Amino acid sequence: MTLKVLAIDDSRTMRDLLQVSLSESGFDITLAEDGIDGLDKLDAANPDVVITDINMPRLDGFGVIEAVRAKDAYRATPILVLTTESSPAMKARARDAGATGWIVKPFDDVALASAIRRVSA
Amino acid sequence: MSEMNENDAEDVNELIAFRIAEQDFCFNIMSVREIRGWTPATVIPQAPPYVRGVINLRGAVVPIVDLAARLGLEVPEPNARNVIIITQIDGPIVGLLVDAVSDILSATDKEVQPTPDVAGTGAEFLSGIITREDRMIRLLNLGAILPEKTGAAA
Amino acid sequence: MSKTDELRATFFQESEDLLEQLTDGLDEMSGGEVDPETVNSVFRAVHSIKGGAGAFALDAVVRFAHRFENVLDALRNGELALNGNVLDVMMRSSDHLTVLLEAARDGSGDEEDAAGEPLLAELRALTGEEDDTPAEVDVDFTPMTLALDEFSGPAASELRFSVDFHPNDELYRSGNEAVFLLRELCALGEAEVDCDLSGLPEFDSLDPEQSVLKWHVALQTEASETALREVFEFVEGLCDLTITETAGDGTAELPPLPDLSGQSVTETTASEMEAVDAPAPSAAVNSSAPALSASPAAPDKKVAADSAKAQPVASTIRVDLHRIDRMINLVGELVINQAMLTQAVKRDGISQGSDIDVGLEELRTLTRQIQDSVMAIRAQPVKALFQRMSRIAREAGTDTGKTLRMLTEGASTEIDKTVIEKLADPLTHMIRNAVDHGLENAEDRISVGKSPEGTIRLSAAHLSGRVVIEIADDGAGINREKVRKIAEEKGLIAPDAQLTANDIDNLIFQPGFSTATTLTALSGRGVGMDVVKKSIQSLGGRVSIASDPGKGSTFSIVLPLTLAVLDGMVIEVGGQTVVVPISSIVETMRVPTDQVFQLGKNNAVVRIRGNYVPIVDVGAVMGYRPPVDITGSHVILLVETADGVRAALLIDLIHDQRQVVIKGLEENYGQVPGVAAATILGDGRIALILDPSAIVGSGAGGGAVLSTPIAAE
Repeated sequence: MTLKVLAIDDSRTMRDLLQVSLSESGFDITLAEDGIDGLDKLDAANPDVVITDINMPRLDGFGVIEAVRAKDAYRATPILVLTTESSPAMKARARDAGATGWIVKPFDDVALASAIRRVSA
Repeated sequence: MSEMNENDAEDVNELIAFRIAEQDFCFNIMSVREIRGWTPATVIPQAPPYVRGVINLRGAVVPIVDLAARLGLEVPEPNARNVIIITQIDGPIVGLLVDAVSDILSATDKEVQPTPDVAGTGAEFLSGIITREDRMIRLLNLGAILPEKTGAAA
Repeated sequence: MSKTDELRATFFQESEDLLEQLTDGLDEMSGGEVDPETVNSVFRAVHSIKGGAGAFALDAVVRFAHRFENVLDALRNGELALNGNVLDVMMRSSDHLTVLLEAARDGSGDEEDAAGEPLLAELRALTGEEDDTPAEVDVDFTPMTLALDEFSGPAASELRFSVDFHPNDELYRSGNEAVFLLRELCALGEAEVDCDLSGLPEFDSLDPEQSVLKWHVALQTEASETALREVFEFVEGLCDLTITETAGDGTAELPPLPDLSGQSVTETTASEMEAVDAPAPSAAVNSSAPALSASPAAPDKKVAADSAKAQPVASTIRVDLHRIDRMINLVGELVINQAMLTQAVKRDGISQGSDIDVGLEELRTLTRQIQDSVMAIRAQPVKALFQRMSRIAREAGTDTGKTLRMLTEGASTEIDKTVIEKLADPLTHMIRNAVDHGLENAEDRISVGKSPEGTIRLSAAHLSGRVVIEIADDGAGINREKVRKIAEEKGLIAPDAQLTANDIDNLIFQPGFSTATTLTALSGRGVGMDVVKKSIQSLGGRVSIASDPGKGSTFSIVLPLTLAVLDGMVIEVGGQTVVVPISSIVETMRVPTDQVFQLGKNNAVVRIRGNYVPIVDVGAVMGYRPPVDITGSHVILLVETADGVRAALLIDLIHDQRQVVIKGLEENYGQVPGVAAATILGDGRIALILDPSAIVGSGAGGGAVLSTPIAAE
């Protein structure tokens, strides 16, 4: 079964990179432009994995994680945080919000796929 | 045709032949985009005398070169029987006003003889001569005929 | 274009938008008010640029953006207060980031960023960072490629590991799943997995939310311990994890080590220790709990509030400009076709008010609407251009040592994209000129009682179907005495020429004129205002200057909204139908024969409301016919050229006014003197569009044609 990924990033470049990388790795991908857009698309996308940027307008990544976790249907959905910050503090904050793991930008295809594999079937 | 029997097909050129002032001319058909009847051209100020003006070719502004004038031949006023050969070589589209299109020829490079060295015949516009039956067909050097873009000079 | 190239292109495109967002934000901040959302948006812009640049290994951009981001972060967190200096550094950093990105885009190298070093130091100073610690940067941007260890690296010989893994409840709550981690671990080599069910309670006391299973994995692998730990990276602190290297030979399988012995190599963080003691959520491990235990209503409410506050995002698409150009051409054809149809219907005697006539009228309206809509697609606000100009003004200020304030107005004014692109060069020159020659230095300003800081105002506005762009400085104004002297010295004017103040000011647009007595690095690059004037004219616009001695100068550029269509007057002269741009026509009239006076042998002037205006015989100038005797049956078009010169164009008759689609002559032919372009009329024939400036200029032939500057009115 094709894994469904909802990727949320306000950077068009990042979205393009994710699109290319993820679709090449065989994932079914839905893109969203910011936190609100991501939550709007959540139910339609019904993702197996959510990937979200942290710094975004309207609703940031922490807000996304909290909102996703608050929904019963997505309590256990893996959420990966895309971040340029690999500082332990940032990771801790993401985890506190309910993130499953993180992907440090810039990522490569191997790292991205591996990160997704570690959190989903 | 005899040319086709020879086993060097790449040497064979398709040429469009036409008449201006009772003389036969031709050039490579690859340069021809289309052939159309004469339509009055809009005069361009300060153009060389052999530029008849510009016409509307499906929205493009195309200059018309009067080949008779360009080659120094007798220039009658064009009428509906005249033909414009629309050419394109390396960019610009230019229409050539001729009397009539007569034939499509095939000729190998070997068949092209050098232009005889006669002064004042417009030989600078010719790249050679081809013989067909008893006719002498002048192979035009299109690059020399087309007006230089005046943009650079202006 | 390869996929990577496309992605790169996207990145640079996006960066342009982000730089705009950045500049916008900084502009807003310079207004004094610091809205947290503004700081956030500026931060995000730099952050996104850094992220994207990282993906394309643009190290200089990443390095600079990183420092810049740190300052913005400090500002965002309130660790740094906004003041003039901070703002200045940020403005310059924004400029420098633009330069870096441009260099990266043009491939002029993402090498050593020498110019950026002093700025980097300034940025570091703001956040109190000691020195650039490359190590830190490296750590920040090391891609997560440790998985590569599985396939490469020196660890070629097989190692044996014993892994004990006991997930906490939190592990599952964070969306992690032990199975996936184990599977990933097993993928590293040959593994034997045992599941310890001893923690499993009686079925009726089973809490599905409680983590009770433990695993022991014996792994034989070429991967390093780091690679193993990498697998558990996400669950660090959410499990008890013991990884021990057991033996190198891979033959003797040792029994799993007891937990206690492994404890020495386990990371023993406080929370972990507690987690071992109390698998049930305790106060200490609850750091991850709030999000989970908090009632769903709380975050939902926050989201709802954010949604309500957020502006609806205008949805946009990016379209290749060629496609739009093609559409504009097609719509142009449609306009022509519609005109031809109308003409044919009229010719065939179809009565007015008939169904065909009414239908045609509707078609005409629709066609015009489609045309307007298509034109609107290409229209863009001048904002990005203005931001670029602000940057150029700041650079020029730095280069000349002048402090200045750059004000922009009407940045949302929209102009055809092509026009905007072609405006950049002339505007750049004019802005530099205004800083270099317009503004005085601080001492001079103070001595005449002005603020030491000069002001340059760049504005855009729509004015009756055209766009007016003004560049105003509050400098010394044109030194007319000096200008006149130079013009005389260079032979541009006769020593006894009668010139109005405005005439003198406009001399600076004359070819070969340059007011700079010394060649400065800024505006003395061999380009004069005459070049500016030419480029503006090539856009169908005109430029003029108004100067107030001691108070400053204002340059005005008047431009058409688009280059693709033109409002024209269709006229006839010497049997030819030609089009004259309406924008240049001041008025039309029958020749008032009693007001026409001969001047010299071949020239005539006409007196219009007291002013003598030279008559230019268009038919003769264009070579359509020999000069004619001026009669009352002729028509005069009083035109004003881009230089503000007036002339009376003598023509035979006026047909009508209409919008015409501009067709270039250059593509297949070349430039024609006196002709701006061509168009196709309703009958399918080509009509030339006159260039009034050139006609008036060529009419001057013997130099006897007088000109009447606007100021004389």
